[in-house]
Amino acid sequence: MKARTRVTLFGSGAAGTAALFTAGALGLPAFGGALHPYADRAVRQAAAQGTPNAVASVTFDQRAFDTLGEELILLSAAVAAVVLLRAVRQEEQDAGGSHRHGPAEVPDALRTIGYLLLPVTLAAGVYIVAHGHQSPGGGFQGGVVLGTAIHLLYLAGDYPALRRLRPIPLFETAEAVAAAAFVVLALAAAGWAATGRVPALNGAVGTEVGCALVLLLGKFFEQALLVRETGPAARPGARAAGDPREPP
Amino acid sequence: MSVLPYLTAGWIMLVGVYGIVTSRDLIHAVVCLSVTQSGTYVLLLAIGYRSGATAPVFSDRPPPPAGGPVTDPVVQAMALTDIVVGATVTALLLALAVQVARRRGTLDPGALRSLES
Repeated sequence: MKARTRVTLFGSGAAGTAALFTAGALGLPAFGGALHPYADRAVRQAAAQGTPNAVASVTFDQRAFDTLGEELILLSAAVAAVVLLRAVRQEEQDAGGSHRHGPAEVPDALRTIGYLLLPVTLAAGVYIVAHGHQSPGGGFQGGVVLGTAIHLLYLAGDYPALRRLRPIPLFETAEAVAAAAFVVLALAAAGWAATGRVPALNGAVGTEVGCALVLLLGKFFEQALLVRETGPAARPGARAAGDPREPP
Repeated sequence: MSVLPYLTAGWIMLVGVYGIVTSRDLIHAVVCLSVTQSGTYVLLLAIGYRSGATAPVFSDRPPPPAGGPVTDPVVQAMALTDIVVGATVTALLLALAVQVARRRGTLDPGALRSLES
């Protein structure tokens, strides 16, 4: 399809969608209004179950089976991305040590800040996971903070240290174990007090999200920094991206 | 203008779809999909808002009606689900883009003949 035809087609579709959406929005309850029947029930239930953070109560208690599905989506997407990013034929993955990803290539200020923030960010991530049932936060948010924290080492320019800190097979195992733990906990939680199960589920989710993030970013890093095409069939320009700091 | 937040959500979605339609680069298309999806976050949070309300967390004050109104925790949990699924889908699509670039040597969707690799 030509670009012009495509835009015209999009224009008519967008006009129709906009008209229907506006008509639907005009029929919605007014913004900021007092009518929230589901919110009232969910808040009452959260208070009755003794979970101060009503969002965590909805996620891990009242709609825990939906979260179970979400967990499995996360797991399967991470597995699929790892499979897609495997090194394939005509490529070889070289050892990270042969590249100049040493600490010397970034400014000192950036490196110092990266090293200083690493323990602080890890502690903040653990706090957000562990305290998620009482204050804003939870397993998903804290897991992302934990996964990001480790990559401060990359921003600090120390890729070899990052590789040593996160052995990929260990994180793969930990992610699968955390997902299994979530399933078991969710199934076993039926006869369990909410005050106990919400923190436990938060912990399992935090572990899994953190591991999945580390795993995904690790695979993308390998792709960008370590995989090189070899053999006569290597086509110029066929590789996605190289390390810009690397001489060709 | 009590419908403005809802219309904003629809506008964000349409802008994202426009970006996907006119995209000349798969990475750009993935980012546009993320923009499209953020329209749903705005819509969900707009639906759950309540004037003068605060966050649905009761660690330091009593739950309603004693503690004043709170925003809707159900749609906030849905937005959380939405964000997590969106992030994983983005990662998966970027991995697919890496594979396309590796096998075809291009990221322009117009230059790809078909979906077979």
